[in-house]
Amino acid sequence: MKKGVTKKDDRKIKFDSVKGSKSLGESWEYAPAPESKDHVRLEKKYDLFIDGKFVSPSSGKYFDSINPATEGKLSEIAEANAKDVDKAVQAARNAYNGVWGKMAGKERAKYIYRIARIMQERARELAVIESMDGGKPIRESRDIDIPLAAARFFYYAGWADKIDYAVPGAKANSLGVAGQIIPWNFPLLMAAWKIAPALAAGNTVVLKPAETTSLTALKLAEIIREADLPPGVVNIITGAGATGAALVNHPDINKIAFTGSTDVGKIIQKAIAGTKKKYTLELGGKAANIIFEDAAIDQAVEGIINGIFFNQGHVCCAGSRLFVQESVAKTVIRKLKDRMETLIVGDPLDKNTDIGAINSKDQLEKIKKYIKIGVNEGGEMYQANCPIPSKGFFYRPTLFTNVSQSSRIVSEEIFGPVLAIQTFRTVEEVIEKANNIPYGLSGGVWTDKGSKIFKVTSQLRAGVIWANTYNKFDPTSPFGGYKESGVGREGGLHGLMPYLTIQN
Amino acid sequence: MDQIEKTKTEEQSKVHSNGQSSKGKRLDVMKTYKLFIDGKFPRTESGRYYVLNNSEGELLANICQSSRKDFREAIVAARKAQHGWASKSAYNKGQILYRIAEMLESRRAQFIDELISQGYSSASAQAEVNLSVDRLVYYAGWSDKYQQVFSSVNPVESSHFNFSVPEPTGVVAILSPEEYGLIGIISAIAPAIVGGNTVVILASAEKPLSSITFAEVLHSSDVPAGVVNILTGYRSELLPHFANHMDVNAVVYCGNNAAEITSIQELASLNVKRPLIYTENNWMKEESQNPYRIMDLQEIKTTWHPIGQ
Repeated sequence: MKKGVTKKDDRKIKFDSVKGSKSLGESWEYAPAPESKDHVRLEKKYDLFIDGKFVSPSSGKYFDSINPATEGKLSEIAEANAKDVDKAVQAARNAYNGVWGKMAGKERAKYIYRIARIMQERARELAVIESMDGGKPIRESRDIDIPLAAARFFYYAGWADKIDYAVPGAKANSLGVAGQIIPWNFPLLMAAWKIAPALAAGNTVVLKPAETTSLTALKLAEIIREADLPPGVVNIITGAGATGAALVNHPDINKIAFTGSTDVGKIIQKAIAGTKKKYTLELGGKAANIIFEDAAIDQAVEGIINGIFFNQGHVCCAGSRLFVQESVAKTVIRKLKDRMETLIVGDPLDKNTDIGAINSKDQLEKIKKYIKIGVNEGGEMYQANCPIPSKGFFYRPTLFTNVSQSSRIVSEEIFGPVLAIQTFRTVEEVIEKANNIPYGLSGGVWTDKGSKIFKVTSQLRAGVIWANTYNKFDPTSPFGGYKESGVGREGGLHGLMPYLTIQN
Repeated sequence: MDQIEKTKTEEQSKVHSNGQSSKGKRLDVMKTYKLFIDGKFPRTESGRYYVLNNSEGELLANICQSSRKDFREAIVAARKAQHGWASKSAYNKGQILYRIAEMLESRRAQFIDELISQGYSSASAQAEVNLSVDRLVYYAGWSDKYQQVFSSVNPVESSHFNFSVPEPTGVVAILSPEEYGLIGIISAIAPAIVGGNTVVILASAEKPLSSITFAEVLHSSDVPAGVVNILTGYRSELLPHFANHMDVNAVVYCGNNAAEITSIQELASLNVKRPLIYTENNWMKEESQNPYRIMDLQEIKTTWHPIGQ
């Protein structure tokens, strides 16, 4: 068994049989097309957004937010301690009791619609900041993150005066104060996923963004002020794990909504045991993406690439375990390698970039650690030949073959651009393999046979299944996991329920 | 709870008599109350038992004191049965639940006597058995309707067909209400199994007899082996195992003990189980049956497919 890296030269597939022709990746050279940063205003430092005002942290401490593509400092962010958290929760409680909890649904709706509209107006600025702060390609922040974030507010705004229709045969009430903790992979979009349904249902919010990606949440605070929301309805406090823990453990919180790793999710679930806090947890995943021999292969290859390399693979629902039916394995793997060669890794602000910067140094180290593990376990690695910038945190698109169910790179979430490929023969076998994992967030299936689609989609134990597509999101579409991938749903009608108490 | 009604003769009020037979009097055949695991009635592997007396201090039965191993075996059976049970059509599951109601109805007298022997008044025993039958009929009717009420077709912006449907959470471990002889386990089992889950349930330790007799009803109602597994024993001993087993998807706790609730919720975090806490004191009320109890043990699955050529 050959260990380690496939020699890159072995498989420079030529797209043209004419001698001396170039490979696809080499022949298409793109001139740089950077998005302008001129219109972006960033403060030197950002304070905490509590009770409608920006206030300095009681500790006086700030931490740096850097651009992962350049390692340059973007701004300083306030670090909230338990005292600041308490202040924010009190502001949210007062706003709930005094204003928001009593306000007519149709009035709440109009405030939330305002937020959606201002986000649309400021979409370009938000997209550029998102790419600078988090490292994601501008094409994705411009076309996916920001539009979907605005759409989420627009969707839930309309629910605010229609809550009774969400709970047939019952009555629903708001919960009170929601404490919300979000990850760094879709910073503004996750803020929207959390805040919009909470406000629509009549709750007030204390939100903590991830420490590496606070900027767009703080821009959202500006927007919320612009929309003239009553002070304290939304509070945004920044900081790392300790700040999040203070929020989770605050006694006056009625609901915790968390998106992040399964490890932290379990800690939170345990921490709030014995309290009356409700919770939704949107945790890790290790999705099976299954391609059958009767799939439209080229279309599937595109979907598999998008499934794992979208957002540098920093996606909880990434299709990180590929199952290829044995009869087409050779073809599919060759086509995947070819397609990987055409991916452009580099400046997140360049409109040609497919794969931007890894979000942080820590995450880059984690990816490298898993690569080592994969190689040591006997996996055969292939990496795209593309150049990567010398400064900043970047990683080449990578795939592994010759791995098994027990390989750590197959069973553990890497959260990076690393695809593990296994083969299978029968439908039953692949369903068994796909489900034999503690995660159950998402899955994919590629086949042109309709009855097979329904067989597989109904038997995969996961909350979101993409058939002949992958990584699609929409405000009306519920999202969330089975098993250790989480509890509760976000999005759509079902995403409203976790922000309500239901009385029969 | 109600005291034993003295209007009944001692003979009638007991499930069996272990006394000497006097001349001309027939000796009762006593029933051995055992567990119900994987469609069979085994004794506890531990060989342990506890004594159940009536209020006069007379022996009603020696009850199996289930062990962790019994629980684990029951979970294996429940897991094995889950996919097959969930795959049965909604119509079929509805008919099976209705069949359970029919079988229970036909044995009303037996259940009423058994509840009376455990301290119920005649009136409350009758009311509880009647409601138990009716509650099964109620949930039988939901078998092919909750999906329609709680699913959605989602109008996504892109060109995809997108829909969300409820699916069973999986294997459910239930600590049933301690105060009730029958309506407690019925109220906990029915919404779980009508939604395609399989269950392992611990009967009331104080009033366990009808839970095992109910297993006989299940056994004769076309309920596949392993779909419902019933244990007897002590809550304090088994509670941690119910909450920390890694192949249990949801744990249902019926009761009010704050320390037990905290323990359930803490241990559930080991594998992100769904802990469900039902604190009502009165399970005879209308509010204890509703489709949201079914939905508590469902996961929402969303499926996308492109609309194109």
